[in-house]
Amino acid sequence: MSIFQIAWRSVRQRALASGLTSFSMGLGVLLVTAVLLVHGMVSKSFTDIKDLGYNMIAGAKGGKLQLVLNTTFYLSEPVENIPYTFYQEFLTKAEQEKELALMAPEKRGDLKDGTYAKNTEFAIPVCLGDYYQNYRVVGTLPKFFEDFKAGNGTDPRYTFREGRNFKAWDEEHGYYEAVVGYVVAKQTGLKIGDKIAASHGGDPNDVHTDSPFTIVGILDPSGTPNDRAVFINMEGFYLMSGHAKVEENEKVGAEIGGAAVKRRQPLPIKQREVTAVLVRTSDPFSPIIIKNRVNEGNVAQIVMPVMEITSLFELIVTPIQTLLLVITVLICIVSGISILVSIYNSMNDRKREIAVMRALGARRTTVMGIVLTESIILSVGGGILGWMGAHILLACASPTIEAQTGVQIGLFDTAPLPRRLEVIVPAAIIENDWIGPFFSLELLIVPSLILLAVLVGFLPAYTAYRTDVAEALSSSP
Amino acid sequence: MLKITNLKKSFRSPDGGRMPILDVPQFNVAAAEQMVIVGRSGCGKSTLLHLIAGIGRPDSGDINVNGLNISRLSEEGRDRFRAEVMGYVFQTFNLLQAFTAFENVVLGMSFSKGRVDRDRAKELLKRVGLSHRLDAYPRTMSVGEQQRVAVARALANRPKLLLADEPTANVDPANQQSIVDLIRETCQEEEIALVMVTHAMEVAEQFQRVEPLEKLNLVAQARKAHA
Repeated sequence: MSIFQIAWRSVRQRALASGLTSFSMGLGVLLVTAVLLVHGMVSKSFTDIKDLGYNMIAGAKGGKLQLVLNTTFYLSEPVENIPYTFYQEFLTKAEQEKELALMAPEKRGDLKDGTYAKNTEFAIPVCLGDYYQNYRVVGTLPKFFEDFKAGNGTDPRYTFREGRNFKAWDEEHGYYEAVVGYVVAKQTGLKIGDKIAASHGGDPNDVHTDSPFTIVGILDPSGTPNDRAVFINMEGFYLMSGHAKVEENEKVGAEIGGAAVKRRQPLPIKQREVTAVLVRTSDPFSPIIIKNRVNEGNVAQIVMPVMEITSLFELIVTPIQTLLLVITVLICIVSGISILVSIYNSMNDRKREIAVMRALGARRTTVMGIVLTESIILSVGGGILGWMGAHILLACASPTIEAQTGVQIGLFDTAPLPRRLEVIVPAAIIENDWIGPFFSLELLIVPSLILLAVLVGFLPAYTAYRTDVAEALSSSP
Repeated sequence: MLKITNLKKSFRSPDGGRMPILDVPQFNVAAAEQMVIVGRSGCGKSTLLHLIAGIGRPDSGDINVNGLNISRLSEEGRDRFRAEVMGYVFQTFNLLQAFTAFENVVLGMSFSKGRVDRDRAKELLKRVGLSHRLDAYPRTMSVGEQQRVAVARALANRPKLLLADEPTANVDPANQQSIVDLIRETCQEEEIALVMVTHAMEVAEQFQRVEPLEKLNLVAQARKAHA
């Protein structure tokens, strides 16, 4: 019989005590795994912003973090706007002409290459401030779903589960087409052809019922905050009441043309504002050049989302996670101590059993190994059950977590490695669907449990090692 | 087979001094010989068996078993000796409660270097009349059955020497004789030397060689003289 079989029999003999100590360890590991997994997935969804496809945000001066949270994650209070003309600084003359093709030439003024156009690969404006139910409404251009590319650089970053991208102008729906994120569609039951009206600033008494948008597309899940957003044509956004910057002697929305759907004149440049511009620069040095020039002025500021989110995590989220982790690890240590107490208390009853094994020829180290193995069985056994429990629990709670936070956690998702370690392990391995999950912080759970079991099992094991065989055999059974 | 020379053993007394318990100048047992040691309770019978088994260390003297001076062996060496050369039948059976009858016998083989011979374990249990109780746990067995399992376990590793410490003390009279017969017959068949300790004279009388410990042990003689 192997040491494991002997130890397992001993565990089984004290089934109730063994079960309870293992259960307490299981609970501890469940908490550790849940904290690692939830935090890992949340931080991954925040920090994987390289997938967003842009490296700079231009927005109103003020809080940098607020600008990033508001623009990238659709969190926090909306920020102030910046003039549309600032957005034009990132476009070439040709791009501006294309985007303003529907506008009468006298309304758009003289167009010329923007100051930063040569440093820009693409720039996408977003207008925020409206809501559909609890979801942010993002006024933008169709290129939002065209310019962002997937990791391979060719396929689009965002694909459609149903329908199509909204158009700058459509014969049937005019400027009023919308695309909804996967979670929004799932949670609200919106489908292609439905009409939605945004509310101004989330105020239920201030709904733009005069400008309903028709849903023409539903996005595939992307694992980004865009799953939880409603995208509408920016031209339609401008034409909603209260969205135009008030200018003297300007008449908003004069009708032109006489088609089935009358086309309204787009809002003049002067009356346009954008909340932010998402910019992808053409080379690695441009962000510094643009940032320095823009931030010297008083119109707008440039922020790097990666830097802001990294600072947010390092300053706030990581310490909180560390605190939670320390607490849960302490729970595991307490569970480990309960294993120590359980085995140690049983040692008095088992002195004779150990002495018999020694009399049959078992070495001191063998009986020590049996007790240590018992400790490992209780610790790792409970731990594995706790680990599985955490994954099952989170998988069951996944729809709720996804609805509340937009973070998807599957049964087989594992806590990702900390960013610092991701530098060591090649990205190709981490991103591999088969091998990637094994490069997880959860990999450390079993070795840690074995280490803990050896530490807490050492005292009872040493007691077994030191058992006086002659005395134990002479004592009454 | 067994040769003891000038064996001395003492224990620490409550006042901190040493209390001699054994002083055996000479004691020999031949290969395959069966003998019995008798004596009063507390005269050192179990201590002598523990020393022969290598469970305790003598203060001085030599214990040679099968050509091996076990009093000079390291702890590990004595463990190996117990696992491979010697079998031990306890007064209180000492079966491990978490294991079945069969597993208790197999456990006796698990600590030796050789491979675990499961067929021999079954054969031994068959020989002691328990082939139908292989999967029974000790708590479900009668004391007679438990002692039979203990005998099978002691013989599992084909020992050269079997030590039996009052093997019939906790067995009812009906089973007493059958246990003694079982031990003696098996030792005879497998040419195992047997040293049995007992205070039951009806058991001792069945052996050709009966050694009162008071005769072997100078400490006991001195106490008797002093009394």
